[in-house]
Amino acid sequence: MTWFPIGNIADIPLRGARCVKTPEGKIAVFRTAENEVFAIEDHCPHKGGPLSQGIVHAKAVTCPLHNWVISLETGKALGADEGAVRTIPLRNEDGALFIALERLMAAAE
Amino acid sequence: MTEKLVIVGNGMAPGRMLEHLLEKAPGRYEVTIFNAEPRVNYDRIMLSPVLSGEKAYEEIIIHGDGWYIKHGITLYKGHRIVAIDRDAKTVTSDHGVTERYDKLVIATGSVPFILPVPGNDMRGVITYRDLDDVQAMLLAAQSREKAVVIGGGLLGLEAAAGLAGRGMDVTVLHVMPTLMDRQLDPAAGYLLQRELEGRGIKIICKANTRAIVGNGKVEGIALDDGRVIPATLVVMAVGIRPSVSLAKEAGLAVNRGIVVDHGMQTSDGSILALGECAEVGGMVYGLVAPLYEMARVAAAHLAGDRSAAFVHSDTPTKLKVTGIELFSLGDFADGDDREEIVLRDASAGVYKRLVLKDNRIIGTVLYGETADGAWFNDLKKKQTDISEMRETLIFGQAYQGGAPLDPMAAVAALPDDAEICGCNGVCKGKIVSTITEKGLASLDDVRAHTKASASCGSCTGLVEQLMTLTLGDSYNPAAVQPLCGCTDLGHDDVRRLIKAKGLKTIPAVMQELEWKTSCGCAKCRPALNYYLVCDWPDEYADDYQSRFINERVHANIQKDGTYSVVPRMWGGVTNSGELRAIADVVDKFEIPLVKVTGGQRIDLLGIEKEDLPAVWADLGKAGFISGQAYAKGLRTVKTCVGSDWCRFGTQDSTGLGIRIEKFMWGSWTPAKLKMAVSGCPRNCAEATCKDIGVVCVDSGFEIHFAGAAGLDIKGTEVLGLVKTEDEALEHIVALTQMYREQARYLERIYKWAKRIGLDEIRRQIMGDADKRRAFYDRFVFSQKFAQVDPWSERVSGKDKHEFRPMATIGYGEAAE
Repeated sequence: MTWFPIGNIADIPLRGARCVKTPEGKIAVFRTAENEVFAIEDHCPHKGGPLSQGIVHAKAVTCPLHNWVISLETGKALGADEGAVRTIPLRNEDGALFIALERLMAAAE
Repeated sequence: MTEKLVIVGNGMAPGRMLEHLLEKAPGRYEVTIFNAEPRVNYDRIMLSPVLSGEKAYEEIIIHGDGWYIKHGITLYKGHRIVAIDRDAKTVTSDHGVTERYDKLVIATGSVPFILPVPGNDMRGVITYRDLDDVQAMLLAAQSREKAVVIGGGLLGLEAAAGLAGRGMDVTVLHVMPTLMDRQLDPAAGYLLQRELEGRGIKIICKANTRAIVGNGKVEGIALDDGRVIPATLVVMAVGIRPSVSLAKEAGLAVNRGIVVDHGMQTSDGSILALGECAEVGGMVYGLVAPLYEMARVAAAHLAGDRSAAFVHSDTPTKLKVTGIELFSLGDFADGDDREEIVLRDASAGVYKRLVLKDNRIIGTVLYGETADGAWFNDLKKKQTDISEMRETLIFGQAYQGGAPLDPMAAVAALPDDAEICGCNGVCKGKIVSTITEKGLASLDDVRAHTKASASCGSCTGLVEQLMTLTLGDSYNPAAVQPLCGCTDLGHDDVRRLIKAKGLKTIPAVMQELEWKTSCGCAKCRPALNYYLVCDWPDEYADDYQSRFINERVHANIQKDGTYSVVPRMWGGVTNSGELRAIADVVDKFEIPLVKVTGGQRIDLLGIEKEDLPAVWADLGKAGFISGQAYAKGLRTVKTCVGSDWCRFGTQDSTGLGIRIEKFMWGSWTPAKLKMAVSGCPRNCAEATCKDIGVVCVDSGFEIHFAGAAGLDIKGTEVLGLVKTEDEALEHIVALTQMYREQARYLERIYKWAKRIGLDEIRRQIMGDADKRRAFYDRFVFSQKFAQVDPWSERVSGKDKHEFRPMATIGYGEAAE
């Protein structure tokens, strides 16, 4: 697993998100009210909505297209909906953020 | 033959007496009431919630006009009885009406005590007794200046909290060393003082008022110690005295109050007295429970039941200030023959004290946590020997007999004769049996049939628990749809409490209104953000993270994650320069689709988020601002060409549409607001299916509202006809502001109008010029902060992070 630097926690608004563009597609990086940071695919399991554009509440985000609520911890849809997005390993070193991408490494060799 | 019953006074006690009487002996009397106040019978206990803004006057009416009509009762409003002729058996009012009686009931209540100090008759000195006083206080509070409340008792503190909640700088003067010294011991008085001070109310105890100073109008209060407290409003709440002058002049036996026997009979066999003016067994009363007991007894006697007798009982006291839990009952002075049990939890602000004599409770003070008040009251009433449970008594009912009970089980464990509603003396058994016998299903039904929780409302929780116990799952206490899963409160309660408690941030709302989640959800956060933007336009800092993406980035998200952009075209009018600029932007950014919208403007679809600021920059150079096609706010004002071009046009509809749009753009509303102006009744701008529309006619402008052409299709309602463009604008703006202030988030204007009533809206906007002007002024004030073009802000660099990826990872960029 290889870690890529993506910036600092302060780059993300509290209860907000930013995206990271990768060759594998967009990844959404979230910062909660409690200053926790999570990374998941920026792609709602329902109809592919950009989760990075949703409203962040507790450890979840509501998709802007059809209001599915996705857990930032597990990537799973909460409530009555079923589906999941891939969670991305994330490391927070005193605010410096890194995400790990596996397939990318293979491609980079 | 029916007998004539005349009642002097129309407060809560005679009102209740009539209810009992109509039930026991319907048709026996022909009833006439003289009320010195120009209104019907309302719930005086609830004046404090009216003052604080938590209730409206309409909500505290006990008997509306219809009730008197239905029961054939003649009510003289604004008539003060000035003389009783006991020989002729007549009463005469100050307006000269004379009425004969067979039975007379005197219920003149009490008058506030006015401190005999110099200056006590100056303008700006008021008492706290009836609705007129509340209205005077509300008027004074608009100044946001300094107020002094004299008297740190129940009424004084409720007045102080209400005035502080309305934005006044309040000081309470209290002559004793601690607040509410008649109901609380010093420890609880101290906790109460600390709580009130925490809310910004200044409190001076041991304060002796020497004089009220000023020059015809109040300027301050001089204390004995030489201090002068500046004030423009002085509220005297130092106590009440039974109002007995009428009875005295009529020659009835009068002591402190009008002397009555235990059947409420005065010294004249044809005259009864009840309420705060009556003295029974040497006592006068001011709390509602004993007054209602008097009402029951008086009604029984009037119905011919001579056995009914008034019995004294202690009444618990509660303070009606939102967020302060306080309960006091009985005698709690120290004494050699008494013992006490005290529980303090400083961090939680809880203080409980039980005063015992011979192993029986004789007094209780609870502060901060009062749920066990009913139980302690029950133990005291029944003189229960508590020696068995002495060790755990103070922890409350839930701790008796082993494991702690949940609140529901605690209510289930109450005996049938436990009092639930202190105001109306209703016990558990009565509530449960009435629910079962009458098949009651709602709280309002239970209130109507049993009176439980119908006065001060503090036992509502208990009553609801009883309903759940009795009805099981079929009872749904949340008759009000909660705003979302994060709270039990509905939109209306949340809006009301935001204003009443002066809540100005989302965290403050969630804290004070006890949100169940740490930071809300995608449903409540945008709603709260809107309410705060609307209610505190100058003070609230818009929380963009609580806005839906479209309002956060000022464009409309599409299914593929790209955005669409709609620039404003005032009234649907454009020109070659604007069209050229749009064409250039389309070419430059390779915008895939250009479409004309239903609101007479141009939509550019399929723009990448990162390109948005550059697109706006180019559009801005041509003079375009955001069309807010994404906003729960003012969208478009559609127009036809009007009298400038059209051979049928009666007015300049295009000009008016542009004027309205330029005046109102940028305003946030509960849901989207679409408007149109048609130049004649042919209605080419389709104004009669809009949220607000204008149809021009020869004689002026017909204003329409509450149309719909979406999920629902509905023609508009007519608000009214006005003569000039200026008037049309003022009415439309006022209507919009009323909607902004009262509707629930995401509630379109037609749904709001249906809910609150078209006539009510017409009354406030067409019929009340002052109200209309006030709405208009508040809208104009709010626009000072709202009319900023969000696109140019973002072109200048605001919220840059929204439009750029945080990072771009290509191949070979690993950290190592």
